[in-house]
Order: sequence, then C-alpha cells, then structure tokens
Amino acid sequence: MKLKLLEVLKKYTMVFALIAVIIFFYANTEGKILYPQNINNLISQNAYVFVLAAGMLLCILTGGNIDLAVGSVVCFVGGIGAVMMDKDINVWVAVAVMLIGGLLVGAWQGFWIAYVKVPPFIATLAGMYAFRGLANVVMKGFAIGVRNETFLNVFGGGSDCYVPDFFHGENLNITCMAVGVIFAIIYIAFIISKRMSARKKGYDIESLTSVVPKTVVICAAVIWIFYKLAQYNGIPAGLLWIAAVLIAYGYITSKTTVGRYLYAVGGNEKATRLSGIDSRKIYFFAYINMGLMAGLAGILTIARAANAQPTFGQGYEMDAIAACFIGGASAYGGEGGIFGVIIGAVLMGVINQGMSIMGMSANYQTIVKGLVVLVAIIFDVQSNKKKK
Amino acid sequence: MGRILLEMKNITKTFPGVKALDNVNFQVEEGEIHALVGENGAGKSTLMNVLSGIYPFGTYEGDIIYNGEVCQFQKITDSEKRGIVIIHQELALVPQMSIGENMFLGNERGSKAAINWDETYSEADKYLKMVGLSESSRVLIKDIGTGKQQLVEIAKALAKNAKLLILDEPTSSLNETDSRALLDLMLEFKKQGMTMIIITHKLNEVVYVADKITVVRDGSTVETLDCHTMEIDEDRIIKGMVGREITDRFPKRDKSIVEIGDINMEVKDWTVYHPIYAERKVVDNVNMTVKKGEVVGIYGLMGAGRTELAMSIFGKSYGSDISGKLLIKGKEVDLKSPRAAINEKLAYVTEDRKGNGLVLSNSIRVNTSLANMVGVSSKGVIDMDKEYQVAVEYKDKLKTKTPSVEQNVGNLSGGNQQKVLLAKWMFTDPDILILDEPTRGIDVGAKYEIYCIINDLVREGKSVVMISSELPEVIGMSDRIYIMNEGRFVGEMKAEDATQENIMACILQAGRGE
Repeated sequence: MKLKLLEVLKKYTMVFALIAVIIFFYANTEGKILYPQNINNLISQNAYVFVLAAGMLLCILTGGNIDLAVGSVVCFVGGIGAVMMDKDINVWVAVAVMLIGGLLVGAWQGFWIAYVKVPPFIATLAGMYAFRGLANVVMKGFAIGVRNETFLNVFGGGSDCYVPDFFHGENLNITCMAVGVIFAIIYIAFIISKRMSARKKGYDIESLTSVVPKTVVICAAVIWIFYKLAQYNGIPAGLLWIAAVLIAYGYITSKTTVGRYLYAVGGNEKATRLSGIDSRKIYFFAYINMGLMAGLAGILTIARAANAQPTFGQGYEMDAIAACFIGGASAYGGEGGIFGVIIGAVLMGVINQGMSIMGMSANYQTIVKGLVVLVAIIFDVQSNKKKK
Repeated sequence: MGRILLEMKNITKTFPGVKALDNVNFQVEEGEIHALVGENGAGKSTLMNVLSGIYPFGTYEGDIIYNGEVCQFQKITDSEKRGIVIIHQELALVPQMSIGENMFLGNERGSKAAINWDETYSEADKYLKMVGLSESSRVLIKDIGTGKQQLVEIAKALAKNAKLLILDEPTSSLNETDSRALLDLMLEFKKQGMTMIIITHKLNEVVYVADKITVVRDGSTVETLDCHTMEIDEDRIIKGMVGREITDRFPKRDKSIVEIGDINMEVKDWTVYHPIYAERKVVDNVNMTVKKGEVVGIYGLMGAGRTELAMSIFGKSYGSDISGKLLIKGKEVDLKSPRAAINEKLAYVTEDRKGNGLVLSNSIRVNTSLANMVGVSSKGVIDMDKEYQVAVEYKDKLKTKTPSVEQNVGNLSGGNQQKVLLAKWMFTDPDILILDEPTRGIDVGAKYEIYCIINDLVREGKSVVMISSELPEVIGMSDRIYIMNEGRFVGEMKAEDATQENIMACILQAGRGE
C-alpha cells in the first residue's frame, strides 16, 4: 500500500506540486488567489500559453525539437490582422488570413526542418528574427488599435467577451454552471462506457481504487472552476478556444495515427522510417501545426489587448516550451501529453498571478519561473534515471 | 596450479524485488584466461560490476579478495588503481577525438592545467604497438574500423597498468578475422603473465582461448570447468548454461510438409554505391533468387555489404545510385520507399533492434502495430481495441514473455525484444521476410525459439532471407546459402554441401582475387 502511494505521488508529481503552490498562495494572499475574478483572469491571461503549448508539444514530441519563432509569429500575424481590420476589411477574411498566415509560416519553417534538415533550433531562431522584423514592417513600427466589435467578442477582448447567460441568473451565471455540470456528466459517462466495453471484451481494467478518485478529482475540479466563473461573468470567450484546442490536440495525440507517429519519430526515428513511415512528413506536420496555433494565439492576443504592437509576443515561445517541460514532456522527445501541458500551463499561470497579487516585482517573478522550469526538469531526469 | 589472484566469496547482490546474484563464489588464478559464460540475465555483468566498484562496497554482501587483501571498492577508479580494468561491451570512445586523446581521457599526461601532448602521443604510440596497431595515435577514432577501436580500448586498459583485464563481449561487434586477431592477442598477453576474464556468448571463442570456464545460471555459479584436465566442447558448455542437454540446436523442418516452390523474389545485377562516398561500391552486381517456402542464408563478415544489400532492396533505404532489377513474383518492381516495399509484401527485420528496430519508450502494443497502422485504424483514427487484440495475438503466438502488452519494450530482454520486432513485421503480412542477424546477442534458449518461428514462417509458404555472421546458424537453418564478401556474392551452395571450412575457403579465395 505504501509503495502504491509512492507510485501515485510519482506519476502525478506535478499535480501535487500544483496543489501545493495553490495552497501556498492561498495562505499568503488571504485567499485572494481563488477569487472568481482571479480565476477568470488566470484563464484569459494565459489563453495564449495553452494554445501555443499544445502546438509546441507536437514539435517536442518529435524529438525535443522546439520552435523559437512563435513569439514573433504571434506578433506578425496579429499585426497583419490589425492592419486589415483597420482598413475595414471583413473581419472573417482577416481571421482567415491570420490563420492561413500562421499556417504558411509553419510550412516555411517545416520545409527547412523536415526536408532540408536544418536543425530546428537554428531554423526557428532565424524565424524569430525574420518574423519580428516583418511584424515591424507590417505595422510600420506603430501600435494599431483593434475596434471591430465582432472580433473582440468572439476572441475574448474588451468587457463583453463572455458567453451570455441564457437563463439570466441573479448572482450566478446559470449557463456557465450548467456547462460545468454537463461536462462532468459527459466525462463520467465516457469513463463508465469505456470500462464496460473493456470488461465485455475481457481486457485489463484499471482498478476501481484508482479510477474512482481520479474521476472524482477531475469532475470536482471542473465543476468548482465553473462555479467560480459563474460567480463572476460566466464563461470567458477565451476558454472556449482553449477547450477546443486542448480537446482537439488531446484527441490527435492519443487516438490518431498521426499522433502515434509523432511519438514514434521522437522515440526512434530510424525505426519509424524503416516501418514505412515518412518521418519528414511528420516533422512537417508538427511545424505546420505550430504555425496554425501561433496564428490562433496571435488572434487571441490582439483581441485581448484590443490592439497590436510590434513588441507583442516576446517571450511567448519560452512560456510555451516551459509549460510543456513542466508538464512532463521529455526533452528528448517521444514522451509527454496534453494533460501535462494543461498542468504545466496552469502551474506557471498560478505562480505568476500569485506573485502579482502578493505584490512582488516582475523581476522576481521571472527568477521564480526560471527555477520552476529547472526543478521540473530535474524531476524528469531523476525519475528517468530510476527507471533504468 | 597458479596463485589465486582474485577470489569473490559468497557474493549476494539484490535489486528491488530481484536477487541478481545469490551467494556466488568465483576464483581466478594468476596468468589464466577465465571465461564467464551464461545466458542473458544470468548475472555475469552484475558480478563484474560488483568487482569493478560500479556497485560500491556495501551495496552487496560478501568479500572480494584481490592479491590476498580484502578490497572495498567505492568507485571504478578504486579498482583501476589496483589494476582491475574492465572493458565494456559498448565501446566507450569519443569518435571525434584522436586515439591518443581517448587513451588518456580522465588520465591525462602532464599537469591539470596543461596537458603534455608530446608525452600523450608518444606514450599512446607505445601502447598501440603492444596491441599490434600500426596507426598513429593522432588518427581520429571515427576514421578507424570497429576492430581497431576494440584494440584501442585494450591499449587504453594497458595504459592504466592493468593486471586483471575484464573483457565484456569484446568480439560482439567484430568480424571473424578481427575476432580471431583479438583472441590471439589475448593469448599473447597471457604469455606475458596478464590475467584476463572474458565474458562472451560465442562459445567457439571460449573453447579457443579459455583455461577455465565458469558457468553462471540464474544468479549463481553452477560449475567451473578446467579446459586442461577435461575435454570441453560447445555442447558441454551449453549443457551447463541451460541446465539440460540440448540435443538439437536447430529445429528440423519437415521437408515433406515444407515444399519449396516458385521464385518469390529475384534480384538481378544489383549494384549500390555508398551514400556519402559516391564512388565506393558497397554492393557489386549481386544476383539472388528466393523461392517460396525457402530459407536463404546470406553469410558474410561484418562490412561485407549484407545489411546494405538488404536495405537497398527494402525501398532504397540505403545507398545512392542503385541499379539493377528487382522482381517480386515475376513482376518487376521499383520500390522507392519502405512503404512501397511493405505494400509489395516485403519485410525487413532490422539488425540493430534497439537502434533502428524498436521504439523502446513505447509499449509492445504500440510497437507491434507501427509498421501497419492501417491494419488497426480507419481514416486515421486508431481502434485501440483492435490494436490490443493484435498485440495479444502475436504475444501468444510467439510466446513473448511479458506480464502485459502494455509493458514498455525497453524493459524486455533481448530475446523478447526480438520477438516483438518479428511480431511487428509479421503483422504487415509479408510474403518475403529479410531477417538481419535475428539472433544476435540473445541467449541459447531464445535463439531456439526464434528458429522455430522461422520454420513456422516457411511452413506457411513465406520466404525467409536470413543474414547472419554465425556460421553454424547459417548452415543449420538455411536451405541454400549465398556467401558475400566485399560487396559481391562469391559463392552459393546448398545447405547439404556447406561446411564451415568450405564457406571460409570461398571467402579466402575471393580475398585473393581468384
């Protein structure tokens, strides 16, 4: 029993670390960290981290490859969109151009990395400079305001960027609450049906003592978060995008052949190639995806700020990379998952916000962030060592 | 009867959950070559790691008595100071550095602040001469062959003033000629009074060099055989290793059931050039036929171009400027990628299962389906149930020993890894399987099981091309044998006519340019 507890601790180290960090800030901010408004802000402020980290995870899976250019691409794509909307071009055309722009950037970098074998670090370092420059060119070095109402509402900017409450609750946003509960019910139904089909076919099934607590914890966390959001303004628009991205990527990485190939290439590229899989296509896919996510992050970023500036997106690439590594993605590739990315991104967000509420200067926040990444990697290296 | 140089007394070493060594006693006399044999996982390497201090004093029970003193080694340098030097199976040399730099790595000549390069290289040259290498010590490691690299390792050990030299599988990556040279060098050192322990799977080498043989089985020493007082042959050693008499190392195929049929694959005038050194021919005008229900052996020394031939056939995954014709079931095909080859029902089971065969960090289930994802998915979405069933089916069929198919492949033994690799390729439903060194580095029992799988495959009417550098295996398993040397096929013979002698003669003749 004691051994089992240790295993659980090891498997979910970062979850426990997250809980510990939350408790720490709860005690040191007189509970402010868990105010509805702060939870709301945590999600909207960090929307870009979730989106970029999901894309980054695919790159990292292929062998610890990273994309340093995403920050610049966010800025570049955002700049294009802001300029277009400034010239009163249709908002959906602008959105499409931004997403396609991101995709093309991804294709450009992916081509060099996958087919010409330029090391990703260098290819994307080049991109980091070039797209930052291009962003400046597009915006002519100035900030450009974004005033299109539709755009701001859909992508989470301004003051009205919440899913409206169809039931008009008084102090509680009933729509938001309902979504949380429905989500939990669907999740439980999904787990039960999976178990039943596994039992019917005679497969090994996870023991109840591990499934029940896991399910309860996840459902409780979801319902609790939605309850908090319901006490504030309801579901922020940004959350819809985050959820869509995370569910899509969770599915891709665990259920599809492409996802499987990402892991295989990262685990053993030669073996994968000799198994009849074109590894170049897999690298290309990972980077094209990263481009698309950078495009989406660009949209979310200019919507939140209601303008685009040539300095936007600086350091975003590092936040995304850090979230992946904190969440247990292997720096050598082949290991990691969306669940880890969520934990990693939330952990960083909580630390940032907690320190802000405590009134610590931004300089110290950066130091702590750096140390957290280091500690996470030490955990990863140590646990890998023990396995051998 | 010499003086006892080393005695390991009642050594017990436990890892969490396993007793790796159980009350082992092991004695080595001064000036002898002592072979340590046993199946994989028997505990040979663990014993040597205890001796060299990799597992420090206190993590095991028992005594190490060396040169009459009880030793308590905390780390490798402690044992090296006393003259116990271990050469590991994987070469520990830095390819981009010179021989001399490698030889004194961690043991640099001169002071800490300034390395004395003149002394380094002149001393290195001295030791190189002792192992019979004529290379300058300024040559880079990556520019010399594996055989010579192994000799550099030995020179490096000599530079550490070795009195007891432990060689862990020193010939596993060497060809026959280089292996023989290395064994002769060992005999030469013995004459000069050096004591050596050799761990090896190749029993013919044991018989050739060893004075004494200690057999390890399941973590204990079973017996010590003295080669001077009794008649020792390979079968006798195997009996000790597996604990029973193996009457037949190669399972027989019933010729009345396994019928050799039409030609399944034909290779004509196949020539391949090196991918980097474009003027170098790696495969030179090879012609080969493979029939239905037939096991075709390709024997050749390492570097003969066997793997290169196989990979160039398998979707041009090696080489440049490939010319020649490939016919599968009489139809000429042009296989541009491994995928195209798989679609033509060709499978290539790679030589290096860890390096380019398996994804070690993934489970058996994931590895089994990797080459045929279409078989377990629809429209790019994986059917996990089906994938699981497939993995279990092959696990049972090939008798892979594992608690579950969710086990990571990296945790399996060599023999079981090989089975997973075979399962992966069998699941692509091939008609022709090219097996590259299918039994390298796996123990006697697992080898036998792999041979049985090969027999099952041809019984189903498939063709098997088996590439191997173990002569007894090629002769024992093949219906027909091609002999390859320096990129060319230099002989072809039926298994009935093949003996170790006439196969070697083929290669020697070709070497003389006849």
